[in-house]
Amino acid sequence: MKGIAVSTTVNGDAVEFVCDARETLLDVLRNHLGLTGAKEGCGTGDCGACSVLLDGQLVCSCLVLGAEVEGREIETVEGMADGDRLHPLQKRFLEHAALQCGVCTPGFLVAAKALLERNSNPSESEIRYALAGNLCRCTGYDKIVHAVHAAAGDLRRQQKARKKRKAAG
Amino acid sequence: MLKDMMTRFELYRPTALADAYELIDQFGAGAWLMAGGQDSLDWFKDRAKQPRAVIELSQIEGMTGVRETADGVEIGALTTLAEIEENALVRERYGLLVSAASHVASPQIRNVGTIGGNLCQDTRCWYYRAGLSCYRAGGNICYADSPEGMNREHCLFGASRCVAVSPSDTAPALVALDASMVVSSRKGERVVRAERFFVGPDVDIQRMTALQPGEILTAIRIPSAFSSANFYFEKVAERKTWDFALVSVAAALRIESGTIRDARIVCGGVECRPRRMRDAEDAIRGREQNAETAGAAARRSAGGARPLRYNEYKIPLVENLVTRAVRDA
Ligand SMILES: Cc1cc2nc3c(=O)[nH]c(=O)nc-3n(C[C@H](O)[C@H](O)[C@H](O)COP(=O)(O)OP(=O)(O)OC[C@H]3O[C@@H](n4cnc5c(N)ncnc54)[C@H](O)[C@@H]3O)c2cc1C
Ligand code: FES
Ligand code: FES
Repeated sequence: MKGIAVSTTVNGDAVEFVCDARETLLDVLRNHLGLTGAKEGCGTGDCGACSVLLDGQLVCSCLVLGAEVEGREIETVEGMADGDRLHPLQKRFLEHAALQCGVCTPGFLVAAKALLERNSNPSESEIRYALAGNLCRCTGYDKIVHAVHAAAGDLRRQQKARKKRKAAG
Repeated sequence: MLKDMMTRFELYRPTALADAYELIDQFGAGAWLMAGGQDSLDWFKDRAKQPRAVIELSQIEGMTGVRETADGVEIGALTTLAEIEENALVRERYGLLVSAASHVASPQIRNVGTIGGNLCQDTRCWYYRAGLSCYRAGGNICYADSPEGMNREHCLFGASRCVAVSPSDTAPALVALDASMVVSSRKGERVVRAERFFVGPDVDIQRMTALQPGEILTAIRIPSAFSSANFYFEKVAERKTWDFALVSVAAALRIESGTIRDARIVCGGVECRPRRMRDAEDAIRGREQNAETAGAAARRSAGGARPLRYNEYKIPLVENLVTRAVRDA
């Protein structure tokens, strides 16, 4: 097997790995880098459980080759919490019981994060449109949508408080 | 069948078209062009396609983005569907394409999938997709059109041994906008009208486009004829979130003080290529845009349809979609 050497950034850290041409980004994350947050639900782009951000864009890591991420930036669910302080989305998913088995959760969290970075105050239909590529077999979608809505409010409040502190010098 | 185990291939990432042509020559039938890979990887994982060399096009310069031209716009074939959805120029003039692009798959797939890949993707007929040796795969039977065949999703028009339909949502929109495809090869460039770019099994049963081996789709040109016209796009699928069209309609109407001056109405999901509803278009040119005219168009839209065992429901679907398109565009 001829390996392909790839340099990339994962959750802010410079990372190098060697992979086979056939390995997907999901294979690389899980099997080479020990980041098992992203899940393989289908391997064919149907479920979104493998969602990660690639240069800030939401993608299915099962449909991107490892070799294609050379020089690019990857964010996974593992990068969302700040130490042991959970991201507001993670907190709200727990509070709203927006998961049961949890296989879909990393994908939903990353997809929701991608949405909130572009739109800090999404409507319900905007949330549903942005999460349309993520399937959940257990929970149903209402709790997930409510959790994202609540987290959007948290993030706006955090932002406001930060601005106030800044203005106060 | 083994899933998610791609067979061995070499990956090439050329940075110039000339290098891509050379690789195509070198590997011949073993070469596979890949843009966003959102269709390709699915084929490889199913092992229904087993290329020796995957030529990944994303590093080739000059094939992304939207440019204004003397007569409309030119869109690089590697432009992602998400970029098209967000592009200000396309939004302002060709809302029909924006609407079609935003109905493709999921946000994840639109972020990576390209317009070129969307237009060149192969059919979703599951017999063919599963790697069975049907006519399209070089065999001597169409499973979908056999007595036990499951053919709810298959064609109403243009069957010729194979009854598969074109899966692309953007293809009907681009035919409605009278776009042209810029096709490049070692020999140079040729420009093919969208309507001729998509081919049925009567022309070539193993390919869905006019692309010949060695050719690469480099850009899509949309003329200004239907710029900011009245548009209508609707896609009917089994599910509300991502799914392929059972039937879709893309229409561009030029309306002056209530009268339809020109119209192009195209349906997806009913033929191996986007189907232009010429009889319906003829029936409405010069008439007022109203429910009666819409009804006249609908009555002329399914003539010549030859339903299979399980897809007769597509006839009223086509008629209803054409009605809405003409009435509400
Ligand atoms: C879960 C799922 C749902 C989907 N739903 C839809 C849907 O609702 N509607 C829809 O239209 N599609 C859908 N698709 C199909 C597909 O993913 C998209 O159409 C996507 O746009 C393909 O683009 P790509 O760049 O990733 O293609 P690729 O996989 O890179 O290429 C697709 C094909 O086109 C050829 N090709 C690509 N670019 C060129 C070029 N420049 N010149 C010559 N040949 C080229 C490749 O050789 C390959 O055969 C779906 C796919 C998945 C996995
Ligand atoms: S594992 Fe990637 S979409 Fe399901
Ligand atoms: S919680 Fe089980 S799939 Fe969503």
